[in-house]
Amino acid sequence: MTRVAQQSAEETVDALLVRSVSHRFGPVVALDNVTLAVPRGAFVVLLGPNGAGKSTLFALITRLYDNISGEIRILGHDVRRQPTAALRQLGVVFQSRSLDADLSVLQNLAYHAALQGIGRSEGRSLAIDALAKIGLADRADAKVRTLSGGQTRRVEIARALLHDPACLLLDEATVGLDVASRESALAIVRGLVKERGVGVLWATHLVDEVASDDRVVLLHKGRVHFAGLVPDLLRLAQAGNLRGAFMRVTEDARAEAA
Amino acid sequence: MTAATATPRRLDASGYFACFGGIVWREVLRFLHQRARFLAALVRPLVWLFIFAAGFRQVLGVSIIPPYQTYVLYEVFVTPGLVGMILLFNAMQSSLSMVYDRETGAMRTLLVSPFPRSFLLVSKLFGGVAVALLQVYAFLLVAYLWEVEPPPIGYLTVLPALVLAGLMLGALALFMSSVIRQLENFAGVMNFVIFPMFFASSALYPLWRIRESSPLLYEICRVNPFTHAVELIRFALYGQLEPASLAAVLGFTALFLGAAIYAYNPSKGLLARRGEPAGGGR
Repeated sequence: MTRVAQQSAEETVDALLVRSVSHRFGPVVALDNVTLAVPRGAFVVLLGPNGAGKSTLFALITRLYDNISGEIRILGHDVRRQPTAALRQLGVVFQSRSLDADLSVLQNLAYHAALQGIGRSEGRSLAIDALAKIGLADRADAKVRTLSGGQTRRVEIARALLHDPACLLLDEATVGLDVASRESALAIVRGLVKERGVGVLWATHLVDEVASDDRVVLLHKGRVHFAGLVPDLLRLAQAGNLRGAFMRVTEDARAEAA
Repeated sequence: MTAATATPRRLDASGYFACFGGIVWREVLRFLHQRARFLAALVRPLVWLFIFAAGFRQVLGVSIIPPYQTYVLYEVFVTPGLVGMILLFNAMQSSLSMVYDRETGAMRTLLVSPFPRSFLLVSKLFGGVAVALLQVYAFLLVAYLWEVEPPPIGYLTVLPALVLAGLMLGALALFMSSVIRQLENFAGVMNFVIFPMFFASSALYPLWRIRESSPLLYEICRVNPFTHAVELIRFALYGQLEPASLAAVLGFTALFLGAAIYAYNPSKGLLARRGEPAGGGR
C-alpha cells in the first residue's frame, strides 16, 4: 500500500470502534454485547446512569485490563493485539483528578509528554502551546493545587491532547464543576472536534450536556439501548426531550427484564 | 493541524529514555515537594541510631564478625540495618501511594502510556529507588557525624547494593499494591509486613546471636529477603561482596518483579480478575 493510500484509509477508519464487547466479573455481567463507533471529527455522548458499565468500558478501552470477547480498535489498531499503536492514538481525561497537586502545571504536562516518549524540550514547547489554547498560558508555573476545579479540568484536557491523539475519552469530565466551568470545558472539547478532527467519546449521566444534534449512545445495565443522532432517539422514544426519551428507553428495558 | 497529518511518534530508544527519565523525575520532584515526608524519613532511622542504639549497646556485645575487622560499636553494626529500614519504609510508602494513585487516577495515567506495561512498572520502581537513595545518603551523612565511619570507598560500593535491595523491596511493594484492595491504614502494612520483616532479620542483631536464643527464629531470619538485603548492604558498605546475599537478593527481585508484572498484566493480572473499576469509577 502506498503512503497516500494508507493515509486515506486512516481517514475513513473510526477514531474508536467497539464491536460486540462483553465483559463479566464472575457472575456479574458488566457489559453485554456493546457496539459503538466514534468517527473522526465526531462528538459522541455516552449517556448512562452510574453503574451502567461506563467505567468498565473505559477500563477496557484504556487497557487497564483486556476485553474478553469482541474487539476494541483505536484508529484501526486493536487495543489487545497492538496496544502500543492503539494507546498512542488515545487521550484520556479520567473522572477523578489525576494531576500532581504539588507540581506545577508545566511539570505535569512535561510528565505526560515523557509518558508518550516525547523528549523534554519538545514536551515543554507542546505544553506551552497547549496551555495557550485553553487560556492558561499565564498559569504555567503555578502549582496545580492553586487552580480552580474548572482550570484543573482544562489542564487535564490539554494534557490528554498533548500528543495529538485521534481519539479522546472523557469520563464524567464535568463532575464537581460549576455551570460556567462545565460549559467552558464542553466548549473547548467541541471546538477541538471541529478544529482538529478528534473523535470524542464524552461519558456523562447529565442529559443537559447533550446538544440537540449530537450523536448519543445510551448505555444502561451494560447494554446499548440506542446509538444514533438525538433527533432519531426522540422520534423513536416518542418523547419531547432527551430526559423523557432516556427514561422511556430505560423503562422499556426494565419492563423487558421483568 | 489534524491528527491525521501528525507524524506518528515512534517508540524508539530516545522515547524509552524520555519516558524512563520522566517517571523517575516525577517521583523525585514529588518527594522534594513533600518536606514533611523527607524529614520523617530521616528522623525515623536517626531516632533508632541515637536512642535505641545507645541504649542497646550496653546490652549487646557484637563480636568480630565479617565484614568488620575489629570490635565495633552497636551503632556501627546497626547502621546497615537502618539503611535497609529506610529502603523498606520507602518501598512500602510508594506501594501505598500506588494504591492511592490508583484511586485518584494517577496510576491510570501511567498505565495508559503506550510503552509496555512492564517497562512502565520497572521505571516506576527506579523512581522509588532514586527517592530512597536521597534518604539513605542523607542518613549516612548524619551517621558519619555520629562516628559511624565506613571507608570512603564504601559510600560508592554500597550504591549498587542499595539499588538492588531497593528494587527488591520495591517490587515486593508493587506486588502488594495490586493485592491491596483499597487505601488501607498504614498500620496494617506496618504490623504485617514492615515489623516482621524488620525484626526477623539481621538488621538489629547478628544472626549468630539469634541462633543462640531461638533456632527456629534463626531459620526464619535466614529465609527473610530483608536479611539478605541488609547483609548485602553491610558488606558493600565496607567494600566487600557477599555472594550468597547477592544471589538471594537477585533471586527475590526476579520473583517479586515477576509477580508484580503478572499482577498488573492486563489479560492475566489481578486487576483484570477482580474487575476493579479503578480510577474513580462507580
